[in-house]
Amino acid sequence: MTRLQRILIWIFCAGVALWLVAPTLVIVPISFAEKKSLAFPPDGFSLQWYANILNSPDWSGSIVSSLKIAAIVAVVATVIGTLAAMGLAKMKAGPGGILRAILITPMIVPGVVLAIGIYAVYLDHQMVGTLVGYVLAHSMLAIPFVIIAVGASLAVFDTRLETAAASLGASRITTFFTVTLPLIAPGILSGLLFAFVTSFDEVIVALFINSPTLKTLPVQIFASMTRDSDPTVAAVGTLIFVLTSFTIAVGLWLGTRRRRS
Amino acid sequence: MDAKHRGAAVDIRDVTKTYGTFTALDKVSLQIEAGQFMTFLGPSGSGKTTTLNVIAGFTDLTAGEILIGERSVGNLPAHKRNVGVVFQHYALFPHMTVAGNVEYPLKLRKLPKADRARRVAAALAMVHLTDFAHRYPAELSGGQQQRVALARAMVFDPPLLLMDEPLGALDKKLREWLQLEIKRIHRELGTTFVYVTHDQEEALALSDRIAVFNKGRIEQVGSGRDLYERPETLFVGRFIGESTVLTGAHETRGDETAIKVGDQWVGIPGRPAGAGPQALLLRPERITLARPGTGAVAGTNRLPARVTEAIYLGSGVKYEVTLADGTRGIARMTLADDHFALGDPVEVAWQKHEARLLADDGSSLAAQSGEDK
Ligand SMILES: Nc1ncnc2c1ncn2[C@@H]1O[C@H](COP(=O)(O)OP(=O)(O)OP(=O)(O)O)[C@@H](O)[C@H]1O
Ligand SMILES: [Mg+2]
Repeated sequence: MTRLQRILIWIFCAGVALWLVAPTLVIVPISFAEKKSLAFPPDGFSLQWYANILNSPDWSGSIVSSLKIAAIVAVVATVIGTLAAMGLAKMKAGPGGILRAILITPMIVPGVVLAIGIYAVYLDHQMVGTLVGYVLAHSMLAIPFVIIAVGASLAVFDTRLETAAASLGASRITTFFTVTLPLIAPGILSGLLFAFVTSFDEVIVALFINSPTLKTLPVQIFASMTRDSDPTVAAVGTLIFVLTSFTIAVGLWLGTRRRRS
Repeated sequence: MDAKHRGAAVDIRDVTKTYGTFTALDKVSLQIEAGQFMTFLGPSGSGKTTTLNVIAGFTDLTAGEILIGERSVGNLPAHKRNVGVVFQHYALFPHMTVAGNVEYPLKLRKLPKADRARRVAAALAMVHLTDFAHRYPAELSGGQQQRVALARAMVFDPPLLLMDEPLGALDKKLREWLQLEIKRIHRELGTTFVYVTHDQEEALALSDRIAVFNKGRIEQVGSGRDLYERPETLFVGRFIGESTVLTGAHETRGDETAIKVGDQWVGIPGRPAGAGPQALLLRPERITLARPGTGAVAGTNRLPARVTEAIYLGSGVKYEVTLADGTRGIARMTLADDHFALGDPVEVAWQKHEARLLADDGSSLAAQSGEDK
């Protein structure tokens, strides 16, 4: 490769990277704005919007609700999705494929359609604005992601290892925990992460089923944006951005460290 | 521990296994003595792996019974059979080190830590892998991985060890060395070994007894020598070693049976065991090639032929000849014997009692696709 080619590739990659992170980076300066405006670039500097997150029950409450719901959804969807993926992997190709397609439909059906259906049922059963309601709806949306992530791990998992474990004296359960689980753990972990994010990020269904007493962060952001231009949104966004970047960095670091040892 | 009493006898009684309408095993019966080295030999698809799998408990049997050391294992799941298995594809756990793999069955048996460490060390020493204990399977060569698999399968002292073509994926040199290792380990442990292979040389090198499989049945069980010198079916005779097979119409003449090869009759003592077409089987060492019309001896059969191939083997010469009726024959001669060139007319001669009279079961070399694999 010539020097020129290398420089061109560098410039191209830097351009793509900038394109991908620019929208995220725009919110960081806005979050420190002095006036109540979402103008970019902002004037002055203040931490008042960060303080506002803590002081306003609307913001802090919705953040806590979102984290709680997403955490429960992540666990529920991961357990159910993993079991489903394992069942599918053991089925014959034909019926297994059909069942898999059915299980994945929540991913393909437009969110609004699902939301209307869910809302209609929840109204009848007094589930609007309840924790159980959120968890059920979001788990349904998250399970397909877990099935896909775990299914991909199972596709490369050598089931003959389970036969070998049996010959060495391991029962099915022991085999699952000592052989299968450790080997498909990366798939389960990414399924867990997807499930968490699916719930944490979900707006459409949440807009339909929220109530003044229980609403998630995306609903609060949406409400805030439609009411006024409050830079608290940017402060929340910045916090989430920092937290997720940190989590991913730690994850990558652990991943490379494990591989090297 | 007395090495000679650690193996378990295996008794396979009328075991049948069907997949839908296909019969993979057809009433297979076989007794394996405690501590014996038994090899399953046979062409591809003949049911060797299936038999091993029903012994190990990986496959349910359709009918019949299996006893391991007097105990019927029909209803026992694989993980309760206490049978070691070595797979052709190694099947090592990639997320555990070599030591972790070998320790796995001991952990399941809840042995104390010190005991486990001692046994893992002993098993790894047995397969010469002591220095590799902390490596992961991905960091080992094929032969090393297979030795770990062997250590893992025997570390918990199973009375029975099953091996399905364990050396199938390895090159010839390594295979020969590991054959010796396996034989040594068998001698040291006294465990009953059941070994599956395609390779007849491997079977002859390792086994006390060999069971020859064909189409879901066992054709014959015996030592390598039995199978070579006294095959009971034409299939076995053709599958083990090299042979010349003569076929044709037959008739009984007193105590002798005569078979018409081309337009000539050859005789063999004894009568055919059943009705139906008969065949004569000759081993290459039993055949002498002679110049036409020379050295006739009483009690020998002679058939005219032409030399089509001469292969120098160092210890002797192997000749391929074609008989008048087109049959291909193989003769092995010592260096002291007469020499023949390609195309030479010769006479194929053998003592009448040195051939074997067998029912012609229609088996042909072409059907034995697994032979040289
Ligand atoms: N799960 C299965 N379903 C249907 N048929 C099967 C199944 N497993 C094995 N068979 C059939 O049973 C027969 C015996 O198979 P087996 O694996 O025992 O052969 P083998 O003697 O081990 O052959 P190879 O030397 O090629 O390993 C084969 O014809 C095979 O196609
Ligand atoms: Mg096989």
